[in-house]
Amino acid sequence: MSSGSPQDLAEARPEPAFTVTLDGREIEAVPGRTVAAALWSAGVTSWRTTRVGGAPRGVFCGIGVCYDCLVTVNDRPNQRACLVPLHPGDAIRTQEGTGHDD
Amino acid sequence: MTERPHLAVIGAGPAGLAATAAAAAHGVRVTLLDSAARAGGQFYRQPAAELNARRPQALHHRWRTWERLRDSLARHVEAGHATHLTDHHVWFVERRSDHFTVHALLGPAQEDPVEVRADAVLIATGGYEKVLPFPGWTLPGVLTAGGAQAMLKGSLAVPGRTAVVAGTGPLLLPVATGLAAAGVEVAALVESADPKAFLRRPRVLAAQPGKVAEGAQYAAQLLRHRVKLLTRHTVVEAHGDERLEAVTVAALDTGGRIRPGTERRFACDTLAVGHGMLPHTDLAETLGCRLEGLRVHVDDEQRTDVPGLWAAGETTGIGGADLALTEGHIAGRSAAARLTGAVPDPRGWATAAKSRTRLREFSAALDAVYAPPACWTDLVTDDTIVCRCEEVAGGAIREAVAGLGAGDVRTVKLLTRAGMGWCQGRMCGPAVAGLAGCELTPSRRPFARPVPLGVLAHAGETEDDEHQ
Repeated sequence: MSSGSPQDLAEARPEPAFTVTLDGREIEAVPGRTVAAALWSAGVTSWRTTRVGGAPRGVFCGIGVCYDCLVTVNDRPNQRACLVPLHPGDAIRTQEGTGHDD
Repeated sequence: MTERPHLAVIGAGPAGLAATAAAAAHGVRVTLLDSAARAGGQFYRQPAAELNARRPQALHHRWRTWERLRDSLARHVEAGHATHLTDHHVWFVERRSDHFTVHALLGPAQEDPVEVRADAVLIATGGYEKVLPFPGWTLPGVLTAGGAQAMLKGSLAVPGRTAVVAGTGPLLLPVATGLAAAGVEVAALVESADPKAFLRRPRVLAAQPGKVAEGAQYAAQLLRHRVKLLTRHTVVEAHGDERLEAVTVAALDTGGRIRPGTERRFACDTLAVGHGMLPHTDLAETLGCRLEGLRVHVDDEQRTDVPGLWAAGETTGIGGADLALTEGHIAGRSAAARLTGAVPDPRGWATAAKSRTRLREFSAALDAVYAPPACWTDLVTDDTIVCRCEEVAGGAIREAVAGLGAGDVRTVKLLTRAGMGWCQGRMCGPAVAGLAGCELTPSRRPFARPVPLGVLAHAGETEDDEHQ
């Protein structure tokens, strides 16, 4: 039957979690994870709205090809959440449209 | 000792690692460039070091092969015969009069340029997943099957609690069993093909007993995790408002059409979907390599038709990790021989060449069995988004084709913007081609990834100065 989690399965003993923020709200992040993985683990699957339809988007290809998971990290918009690793204190912001409006 | 000739290998997946090992062991200095922080590519993607995974092999198949590749790279690096440049995103390879210059962007930020000069280049850039559109496929919670696997292997993260794995192709099996082993409830594995069709190809199967055993292992794991296997079925729609809540699945008739009345709904927060793989060929295309359909053409030695340029792995045709290993080995051996001035002796890689032949036959058989359902274009409603970047829907593409006479992907792009966005048509290309009723052709992108204008403006300046 299923085991508990991917970390159990791989017998991971990650370094202590640190704090980052998503739109000002504090979330815990496990070191080594990408922005996308940290947000997934916090129960967040969408962090961008599209330019035309304002539709929510999150990870799609997971390997940096599709650019659907774009997000603003430390005031830099259009970062691919599936590639960018997180660091303590990083400020993640939901990206609306091009990310250059605010 | 005279200085060894220098080979740049692009891509540290199975093909690139095998090529690096073979070339470095035969008198060549290798610089291995890869965009990831750790070697492995997609197939052997490793968890980030900070996660301290003691049993990463629990997420992998054929771990011993990985250990061999990893240890061999470490040995060659230590001996000074190989350099592994991590976090190097190659955007362009330039052919100069007496050498190649590989242009890369550094790190996740991808703002600062690096140039690597080499006597020859070996392209092992792998592939990416093809996904055909259906209503709801842009909802958060819907992702590629390979993407789900990449996040699991690299970050030890899963997207949700309950998943449906769907589409077609051999990748779906490890994704479904991998998610299940990692604690995700896999409600169904939905495969549009009928893998039993393999039984009609006993010769191909008999030549690959390892693959048969692998298939049996997956079947046992699906049973153990109680994953419902639905063959000759397809996802017709993903439901949800702000995120995925359920999918509707239906049975297919022998013509690949939906059998009316067979629809059923599965509640899920994750849909991992894929319809096969496509080769990354941008770097080779820009260098002027001959392509065969969507793959880079190579000869028996894995040489492209551009002198000094080799290619191996998925970029020369989708065939899986085992084939990539044999091709990488042969390419590395051939490059080493030619760069050191020796006449390549194919007897030196006869075993690899034999495996390559068998594995290519096997992958051709896979291609014949696994296919998206014939009805996939019918599922694309007029308001189904087809181009995810530019938000172009099925109706607009049909209007361009039927109303305005567009007969190819390029004309559809000019009329609708489909394929003009960030991903440069990598995601929607197959769908646009299907809806336009034409073959998908190489896109001729000048650069393999977005490049800052400042980097573009100064690329190659140092070399130009030297040559003046």
